[in-house]
This record gives sequence, C-alpha cells and structure tokens, in this order.
Amino acid sequence: MYRYDKYDQAIVDARVEEFRDQARRRLAGQLTDDQFKPLRLKNGLYLQLHAYMLRVAIPYGTLDSRQMRMLGHIARKYDRGYGHFTTRQNLQYNWIKLEEAGDILADLASVEMHAIQTSGESIRNLSSDQYAGAAADEVCDPRPWAELIRQATTFHPEFSYLPRKFKIAVTAADEDRAAIRLHDIGLKLVKNDAGKLGFEVYIGGGMGRTPFVAPLIRPFLPADDLFSYIEAALRVWNRNGRRDNIHKQRIKILVHELGQEEFTRQVEAEWQHILANGSNVPREEFDRIAAFFEPPPFETGLTDEIDRTDPDFALWVDQNVKAHKAPGYAIVNISLKPVGGIPGDATAGQIELIADLGEKYSFDELRVTHAQNIVLPHVRKADLYTLWQILDENGLATANLDLISDIIACPGLDYCSLANARSIPVAQKIATRFADLGRQRELGELKLKISGCINACGHHHAGHIGILGVDKKGTENYQLLLGGSGAEDASLGKITGPGFSEDGVVDAVERVTDKYLAVREEGERFLDTYRRVGFEPFKEAIYG
Amino acid sequence: MKILTGNDLPTGDVIWWTGSGWSRHVEDAVDVGDKGEAILHAEDGACRVNGGTIIDATETPKGPRPAHIKDRIRALGPTVRPDLTLKPSDPNAGNWVI
Repeated sequence: MYRYDKYDQAIVDARVEEFRDQARRRLAGQLTDDQFKPLRLKNGLYLQLHAYMLRVAIPYGTLDSRQMRMLGHIARKYDRGYGHFTTRQNLQYNWIKLEEAGDILADLASVEMHAIQTSGESIRNLSSDQYAGAAADEVCDPRPWAELIRQATTFHPEFSYLPRKFKIAVTAADEDRAAIRLHDIGLKLVKNDAGKLGFEVYIGGGMGRTPFVAPLIRPFLPADDLFSYIEAALRVWNRNGRRDNIHKQRIKILVHELGQEEFTRQVEAEWQHILANGSNVPREEFDRIAAFFEPPPFETGLTDEIDRTDPDFALWVDQNVKAHKAPGYAIVNISLKPVGGIPGDATAGQIELIADLGEKYSFDELRVTHAQNIVLPHVRKADLYTLWQILDENGLATANLDLISDIIACPGLDYCSLANARSIPVAQKIATRFADLGRQRELGELKLKISGCINACGHHHAGHIGILGVDKKGTENYQLLLGGSGAEDASLGKITGPGFSEDGVVDAVERVTDKYLAVREEGERFLDTYRRVGFEPFKEAIYG
Repeated sequence: MKILTGNDLPTGDVIWWTGSGWSRHVEDAVDVGDKGEAILHAEDGACRVNGGTIIDATETPKGPRPAHIKDRIRALGPTVRPDLTLKPSDPNAGNWVI
C-alpha cells in the first residue's frame, strides 16, 4: 500500500496547523460562521444534527492496522465510542467537538491519514474494488492507478473549484464491486487483444436527484494516458458545466445535455490538445507509485483444504469468504450488519480488534467496502477457523454478505441534516423480519439499499430493492424501488407506486420477496427474476 | 409558539434559547414570539452558536415540543441509539420523537 514520503507528510502536517489556526480564530470570534464553513468543509468537518461530523478519507478503502487502530483510538477518545463506515469507503465520526478537531487531524496525520477532499466541490475519496490486489478475477491491482489519480488531483488548482463534487472509481475485474457506472468517472482496467493494459472509461453516472448509468465514453484508453484523459474530461466539464443550479451541476447533466457523442468529441479534442503539450504523468512516476503495491510475500505450498466440520463456520465460509488469486489464501468479509444493528457502525473495541486481526492474519492490510463492511484481503485458509472463532466471539461473524440483511443504509434523519426520513430503523426492521439465515440464503443474493433523502447516499437507485425516505407533510414516508443494480449489469431501480409507512414498507418488501419465491426459476437471483418477469407482477403483489 | 435552536459553537451540541442564554434541554426553551430574528442577530455577535434558527413548537405540560420530527430528533438524540440520547434511561424517549 502507498506510504507517505517526506513531502506528503509535510503537506498534511502543514494542513493540520493551518486548520488549528482557522478553528482557533473561529472559536475566538474572529471568523464568522459563513467565513469558517468553507474552511472546515475543506477538512471534512460538517455540522450535522447533533454535533460536528468528521469524514476521514480512506483512499480506495485500503488501510493498515496502525491506521485502523488509530480510527478506534479516535472513536474512543474524541467521539462516543464508535465510528461509521460509509459507502465511499470512508469513516465518519458523528460526535466531534470543534475544539478537538485539530487534535484529531493531528492524530490522523501521525498515521498518514487526513480528511482532505472528503467534502466540497472537489475530487472526493477515490473508491475501488475492495478485493483489489487479492481478487482471483482481476486483470491486475487497480490501486496504483487510483493512487496516481489521487496524487495528481489533490490540491491541483484546476480541480479546486469544480462545478460540483466529483467521484471516481477504479476496478480491474469483470465483476464490478465498485459500482463504476454510477460514478462521475468509472474506470475498468482491461487487456486488449495485444495484451496491452488500458481502461474502459465510463463518464456521467451517478445517483441523487437525477440518476444516470454512465455511458461508455472510450472502450480502450492506453493505461499510460489515464491522467491526461481524466484531465481532458474534467476540463470539458469545468468549462461547460453549469454553475447556476446546484441540481444541474454534476458532469452527468453535461453528458446528458450535450449527448454522449458530442461530449466524447469534446473530450477527445481536449485530450489531443493536452497530449500535444506533453502533460501526461511520466511513466517513471507511475512506476514509483506502483512499487508501493507489490503483493505481500505469500507463502507457497499452502493447502486449499478447509475443515468444514463446524456447520456454523462452513456457513460463514460459504457466504463471507471469497476466492483469492494466491493458492492457499482467501478473502474474508467481516459483516458490520448484525441483525438489528446499525449498518456500518463499529465500536472502538471492534475497530481495534479488526486492526489486530488484520495485522496477524492479513499481512497488515484491511479494506473498507462500499457496502459498509470490512475486508481482510489476504488470509491463509488454514487460519480461517481460528479467525472465525475470534470474530464470532466479538459479534463480527454474521454470515450475511450480499443477503437481504446486508443492507446499505445512509445515516438518515437520525444523524444527517439533509435527510427527510430515518433510514436506520427501516434497515433494522427489515433485517429483523428476515433474521433467519436459512430464509435469507433461500432468497439468495439480494441487495437492499436505503436512503433517507433524494441525495441517495444509501444508493437506493442501485438496490435490487431500494427504499427512499421522503417527507410527506411532516411524516416519514418510504418509496419502494425495484430492479436497480450497481454491479456490472448496472441499472436504475423503478419506483413501484405510492409510498408506505415505516412498518408498511417492511411488509411491502416481504410481499416482493414472496412473489419472487413464487415465480423464480432454477438458479435465478432476485434481479434475474425481476428482469425476466418484469415490473407488473411485483407491483400487483405489493399493492394488490 | 416560536423557539430558537442552534448548535453550540465549541462542542456542536444542540442548544435552545432560554431567554437569557442557551440550554441543552428543549424543556428550557422559551417562546420568543416575533423577537427571534433580533435575538439571533444579537447572538451572532456573541459567537457562541452555529446555525441559529427559529422553529415552530407547541407548548406541552413538560415544556415546548418542536413541531417537526427533525427538530424533535435534534432535541433528543438519535432514535436508534438510546444510550446516546439526552434521556438514556427513559424507555419512552423514542416515542416522544415520533
């Protein structure tokens, strides 16, 4: 994984001191709220319902045990004993004091972390496949390219005042675990027929008020040209993107209004202009970065056998353990979705325990997933049973990955000042209704995603079943959507009809799953059945 | 009735205007009638509150109750973590919000 050099560290340390001074001046009454707000947001510090919220960047979801341990330390010392892992592979603290925020940033800087560009009209924390560098199905590790983009765009003056926030995802596998087509720019590493590495470039996706699945703008971009092409796309948006209406400022609106063909033409023309000026990132700079992502020293000659005598362990392996590229190793998913729990929340103790487990069992490497879970990417199969026992003793062995209780949910009205309805209680009630693991496994892969407002932080558009909370005359109301996907078969969910109360939407979800079980064919996932039989049978089941 | 709320500048805590200062308990809030804007304007200079806002509330035997669910959640704390609310020992605290 990437490590700071002296320049990186100096920049982050300087930023901490700059913020300390800004916060001091605000507390002393030398800055107004209006003056201070953009300064704190540039450091990921929001003001939410109950307190300040700090959003910590975890680039492409990768961190080591030292960093994870620090996240637990901050949760214990400065927050109320927990942290919340988010859909952008970040971590948020919900109960921060302004007077301590500088100290927290200093603690983060001591382990090569920060909260820069986790807010504002900037290029946000880059996301990636949580299995990057470990997945059996990837072309190669995509994270060096993500890191290249991160370094090339952080503090870049041309990208400091974008029309709106900007989100980039990079992956290298056919199975899309990073929802690339629902990002402003989605990048998929591929090899062409000549064996050369390049990217499929998707631009103009996103959720929120106006959701779009990103079109394929370029089928093959040579990997060495990545940054200059991104620069060209951002420049076209920066030049032509609207700044007069916050709801129409994302690049997806520009792509939609210009049309894919014209947008592509302008990007290609701008790219040729950039290439003519020779401003691509030098290959040796990429090689320098890539050297930090060398695979860990995997042992050879390990067994692939797993003793499945313990049925609970076998169930967990079947559900939460994924194939690794190295023989004798596996990828372990730690679910942060215990039945009745708050999706993505982990206590300080759990965070520290997971840090210890990463250090001992996964070459000191951990990942945060966009589905709000944690991954230990490189675990010897021989260690799986011991690891599972420890997780089980600490409430971290819920075997529900990608099942109906593995719910993505935004913080909702319980924490977020933008939300119109609560998300977490709905997630808890659905998970409780479907608590029986046998029933969940009978339903199979079923991605349920809940947002408490139209901004779609809970990715409801991309849920096989999506739920959107709205305010209906001062009362929480929940719309149900069907048929969304954030994966390689990306699609947007369709609203079924009139919304429901909190309990009513739980019943409606159950009617949907009952219908699915009644009409599915052998081997079909929920999404497959929905796409085969269509919307109407489900609508009829929901509303009668 | 109209009451004033905001977030305490140093801590971010939700606070309510009591007539002479700010309290963390909505029960201490007072009806400001049509004087809300003037009070907030004066408080801007004192620099101890963030996002000061006038909201609607109703008077109850236990004190003011914000009209909108968002402000009731702000007054109590998250409904999903009773241990983090201002009334962690009150089993009916969540009902007060809804």
